[in-house]
Amino acid sequence: MRCLVTGGNVKVLGKAVHSLSRIGDELYLEPLEDGLSLRTVNSSRSAYACFLFAPLFFQQYQAAAPGQEALRCKILMKSFLAVFRSLAAVERSVEKCCISLGGRSSRLVVQLHCRYGVRKTHNLSFQDCESLQAVFDPALCSNVLRAPARVLGEAVLPFPPALAEVTLGIGCGRRVILRSYQEEEADSTVKAMVTEMSIGEEDFQQLQAQEGVAITFCLREFRGLLSFAESANLSLSVHFDAPGRPAIFAVKDSLLDGHFVLATLSESDLHSPAPRSPELRRLVPPLQAHSTPHLDDFANDDIDSYMIAMETTVDSEGSRAVPSTSLSPGLRPPCSPGPYSEDNEAEASTQPGTPPPKKFRSLFFGSILAPAHSPPGPSPVLAEDSEGEG
Amino acid sequence: MPWWGPEGPGSCGCPAWLWPPGCSPLRASCHQADAAVPAELSSGTLDVLPADSSLYPAAGVSATIAKLAKTCTLRISPQKLNFIVSDKAASGGVSMWCELEQENFFSEFQMEGVSAENNAIYLELLSENLSRALKTAQNARALKIKLTNKHFPCLTVSIELLSVSSSSRIVTHDIPVKVIPRKLWKDLQEPTVPVSDVSIYLPALKTMKSIVEKMKNISNHLIIEANLSGELNLKIETELVCVTTHFKDLGNPQSASEDASQDRDPEQMAEVHIDIRKLLQFLAGQQVNPTKAVCNIVRNKIIHFDLLHEDVSLQYFIPAFS
Repeated sequence: MRCLVTGGNVKVLGKAVHSLSRIGDELYLEPLEDGLSLRTVNSSRSAYACFLFAPLFFQQYQAAAPGQEALRCKILMKSFLAVFRSLAAVERSVEKCCISLGGRSSRLVVQLHCRYGVRKTHNLSFQDCESLQAVFDPALCSNVLRAPARVLGEAVLPFPPALAEVTLGIGCGRRVILRSYQEEEADSTVKAMVTEMSIGEEDFQQLQAQEGVAITFCLREFRGLLSFAESANLSLSVHFDAPGRPAIFAVKDSLLDGHFVLATLSESDLHSPAPRSPELRRLVPPLQAHSTPHLDDFANDDIDSYMIAMETTVDSEGSRAVPSTSLSPGLRPPCSPGPYSEDNEAEASTQPGTPPPKKFRSLFFGSILAPAHSPPGPSPVLAEDSEGEG
Repeated sequence: MPWWGPEGPGSCGCPAWLWPPGCSPLRASCHQADAAVPAELSSGTLDVLPADSSLYPAAGVSATIAKLAKTCTLRISPQKLNFIVSDKAASGGVSMWCELEQENFFSEFQMEGVSAENNAIYLELLSENLSRALKTAQNARALKIKLTNKHFPCLTVSIELLSVSSSSRIVTHDIPVKVIPRKLWKDLQEPTVPVSDVSIYLPALKTMKSIVEKMKNISNHLIIEANLSGELNLKIETELVCVTTHFKDLGNPQSASEDASQDRDPEQMAEVHIDIRKLLQFLAGQQVNPTKAVCNIVRNKIIHFDLLHEDVSLQYFIPAFS
């Protein structure tokens, strides 16, 4: 893989990396036919972020050496971010940025061509990995709102930078409401301040949502995409459904698109008066009801093969575990419903299995399962365990 | 939802509240025992418009307070609003009294205390919250402050923002407050201004701040001295080095008592030794140069800063090292 970024786009790339660094600790770099994709996921698998830079974004773009398969890799976010640490310096002095993978070097080489003939070369070690993909489709969400990033930036201004979660909803008169969300703590003598921002429908380019619908998500993670959108002067769209279903935040222009998929609090989380047990906390969705994944073990990459989108609910529809795996066409794990093409959609049909004892929602991301790693048996839980992980 | 029992109005110091005009006041009875239990608060309004210019000093003051102390007391009385930080251990002996005349800020102001003699409301809140709420108000078209009860007593600050688009944007901050019972009011009264040895106008606060900031790196023990000839010195003394900054021609306010000033040698310095960090906290909070800034020194006892920002008066007391 070899690509060359020049001019103002270098800063855009840097800004995207900064945004991604707000989410996860590892950056998945994958050169595709339709562009270079940079992806990450947070440690609790409740947030996924992806930027796709079209070939035209680059002065030169070569996804793979002719005749060879495209290489993809995973690198420490910290390392990649260090290349673009100071955006001001990048803007001021970097003329070109060349990223290459493969060839003789066993490193990801990022070379900055700066003013005055200065050349900075970063050789970053990487790991081979499976493709990190989330299964989501904005088109399937029943609610969408879209506004210039500036409007949303102004909307979050009154909230303290440390605020973790915020509720976004549609109030009376089709006003869009953002309210700080505080978890109820059983033993709190000190109450927290509640801030609410109400914006009229006219400030939005698109507002397709019913009054009363609301979702609660992590503000800190959202700010990552928001700051990118503000600096690039793009519009940001928010696609969402019922509470508990992931919300999709998207930016797009002719040369790139970005998606942040964030988990939202489910109804039971929102209304439960008692302190929630760990399994219910949507921010730490376990892979199985009883295990905690050891993710982000950089040395041990097996985990990445098995991120599978799953939504497990126990509700009136009856218990069902709904794994939704994105598989390469030829592969079908024994019990899963049919194959799905890579970059899309909703859950599978039902899968018989033991319902989890409590209602929880977790968000995992599909991956292309290589034949060697097929999941073992009729379990709604991913084959991760079979790899000896955890 | 009532917070207390159905007894009639008590005299044990239940705090007052605001109510909207035209409604009959809801009287609260009070818990005799526990000072911390709040009484019912029906909502009333303080209305101000426009808030952008006139409330700015108050926003500045609340930012100052947020740097000085974690919690502060807001005292609401018919004529005035006060922000109070009392000299308890939590503030390191420092105390602050800030006063503004409500008619300079609010176009509508309604409040009523528990009784005619005790016509005030004392609320304790986190200064950070108030500061953040008022910071949003800097671009406000209109601002409303109410005392409400949303599961717990709150000061609700409701701000309509200036907006380029036709639709308005409204920010609401619900600041949790604790209503302070009357028996604790005595600790929250206006401090008496001590008779000072020297009273002098301060130099530009920004200048003072940058100097004090640098001095802090050398030592925490600062000596401030001034005389009646318009001279003020800031001194740091350590084993290795002494640093003094001299300010001249500052001017002294007219002394209240002529006799006292005639006895004093105008060149004689009155000094006080204070913790430099306390002075720095005070100076760091001053974003705008005040209309008037006076410093009163009681030799070896206390230093008193008396500032006037437009219509907001701010007094700050730093005790000497004991």
